Amino acid sequence: MTENDKSTPSPGRRKFLGTTAAAVAVAGFSVVSGVRLVSLAEAKPADQPVSNKKRWGMLVDTSKCSSGCDACVTACNTENGLYTTDHPKTDAQWIRKIDLRNKATGWTVSLPMLCQHCANPPCVDVCPTGASFKRPDGIVLVDKHICIGCRYCMMACPYKARSFIHEALDQQVEYAPRGKGTVESCTFCVQRVDEVGKRRDPACVEACNAEGHKAMYFGDLKDANSEISQQLKKYQSKEIRADLNLDTGVRYRGI
Amino acid sequence: MKTTNYLEIEGRSAGYFGLLALLGVLVLIGLGAAYYMEHNGHWVTGMDNEIVWGMPHVFAVFLIVAASGALNVASIGTVFGKPMYKPLGRLSALLAMALLIGGLVILVLDLGRPDRLIVAMTQYNFKSIFAWNIFLYTGFLAVTAIYIWMMMERKMHRYYTRAGYVAFIWRLILTTGTGSIFGFLVARDAYDSALLPPMFIIMSFAFGLAIFLLVSMAAYRWTRRPLGDAVLFRLKNLLGVFIAAVLYFVLVYHLTNLYITGRHGIEKFILAGPTVYTPLFWIGQILMGGLLPLVILYSGLGKSRAWIGIASLLVILGGFCQLYVIIIGGQAYPLQMFPGMEVISSSFADAQPYHPYTPSIYEFLLGIGGAALSMLIVTIGIRVLRFLPTSLADADVVPQQGAGEAA
Repeated sequence: MTENDKSTPSPGRRKFLGTTAAAVAVAGFSVVSGVRLVSLAEAKPADQPVSNKKRWGMLVDTSKCSSGCDACVTACNTENGLYTTDHPKTDAQWIRKIDLRNKATGWTVSLPMLCQHCANPPCVDVCPTGASFKRPDGIVLVDKHICIGCRYCMMACPYKARSFIHEALDQQVEYAPRGKGTVESCTFCVQRVDEVGKRRDPACVEACNAEGHKAMYFGDLKDANSEISQQLKKYQSKEIRADLNLDTGVRYRGI
Repeated sequence: MKTTNYLEIEGRSAGYFGLLALLGVLVLIGLGAAYYMEHNGHWVTGMDNEIVWGMPHVFAVFLIVAASGALNVASIGTVFGKPMYKPLGRLSALLAMALLIGGLVILVLDLGRPDRLIVAMTQYNFKSIFAWNIFLYTGFLAVTAIYIWMMMERKMHRYYTRAGYVAFIWRLILTTGTGSIFGFLVARDAYDSALLPPMFIIMSFAFGLAIFLLVSMAAYRWTRRPLGDAVLFRLKNLLGVFIAAVLYFVLVYHLTNLYITGRHGIEKFILAGPTVYTPLFWIGQILMGGLLPLVILYSGLGKSRAWIGIASLLVILGGFCQLYVIIIGGQAYPLQMFPGMEVISSSFADAQPYHPYTPSIYEFLLGIGGAALSMLIVTIGIRVLRFLPTSLADADVVPQQGAGEAA
């Protein structure tokens, strides 16, 4: 297009431009989709429902868990707005540290205890209104809008993982609403898991890593390539109260 | 046997109004206690994240269990065709409804969010025994109300037997549901047993009859209507049978647990532990609620009305101890998450050998308020409708030779 100055492009050139534009569009779309697919692998978009293509789970390597350390507990409290009230006896705890000793051998172990996010959760079975529910991706939650505070789920949970809110609270964080007279428990930091873009590990896992213990793994149990799946495949692990056959989402190594 | 005449009680005496006032005040105090607990939150109670069901639940479950048992007297007349029990049917059904309402009010007022009762009535998870119970309880009230109507309305009398059958079957299912609340809890060593629903049924027979005996003796004494020995002795002998049956179920329940090594911990805790549950079991439940009333009812003492009353009272107190041991003792024993291990330390009370619980006065007052509400309903009910036969004297209720048979 140098000397032959015409006001309209020739048919050949028009075809070329059209093809190029289409190619660029397809390529661009592919790249964008690819990026999109990669991000989808990490977190679901905000406008899509949770699917059962994933199951979030946790592995605790108790050999790396330190007896005096409660970084996971502190991080959970900070992340989810749990704080000590004037009545500590009834304070909520979503994760706690337990030290155990084998009665016969004297061997000791330390571990974090939290909602085990069972595939067959007894708390969900017994809840009269359906406020206790399990998401398709395995996270067990309480719908604060329809919990009537009957505490039957607390009677049913084999892990004492749930807390009842015994008084009015302030200082709440917006993504973890809490209300007097309802029951609550660990959410696997669902606000982090659902984060659009790149999901983040739950606060307890992040804190454990930051402390250098790296005793907690979090990830998709259905993804054979995830670190947690690889670890679980390679080494022996246990469910607590495996006799109940609840298929817990949290597993422990070294107990 | 003569025709039974039913008549409202006069209800004009100072004693009647005094009783109404007393019960009314107790109900108001109970409501005040509930308001206090709801307003401040449950931290003002003795309950916490370990003992999640406390004194209100002991009262509520006791009244609900006793409610279905109180209907038994009517069922014996209708379903089992014992003519001597038929005149007692109306009071039996009224008492059943009243006790259930009292128990339910306690349960609802203890909820973390009693204002969401409408949610409980509209959102259901049908895998939950609680959800079934909402239908079983409201259905029981409807079925029993219809039963009373069939008994009272001459035109509907031909459906009376059928209504009685429905009510009887309904009450058996209801108490099965109540027992299953605990029986289906796999997590806790004290529960997780199919024995609990039938045990709750037989407990209901005993508690309900004991309350029925006390209420009818009081009602007939205070209204100066005749109550013959024939009815009373028949009922007290039946109470003895029910007490023995409760003891049998308790024995089987504990023998089963004692045979299972994994359950030795909870058995030791209840039967020979350091806490209040051990004396409550042996002295309260077994001695006071079982052996003593058995001795009273089947010895010469059983001929005395005062002693029948005392035995009934002991059954009620013993039953209360029994439910306290089941409901609170069952939670006080820690969850056994790590067999063979002991918890050295925990930031969430796992390391305690047991979870302590001291009921607050508010929980107790709420429970008393619910029980008072039950009695208030009965007191008003027999004043406004024809629940009570004018006479239960022997000549009026004992079938003549050849006309009836012994129960």
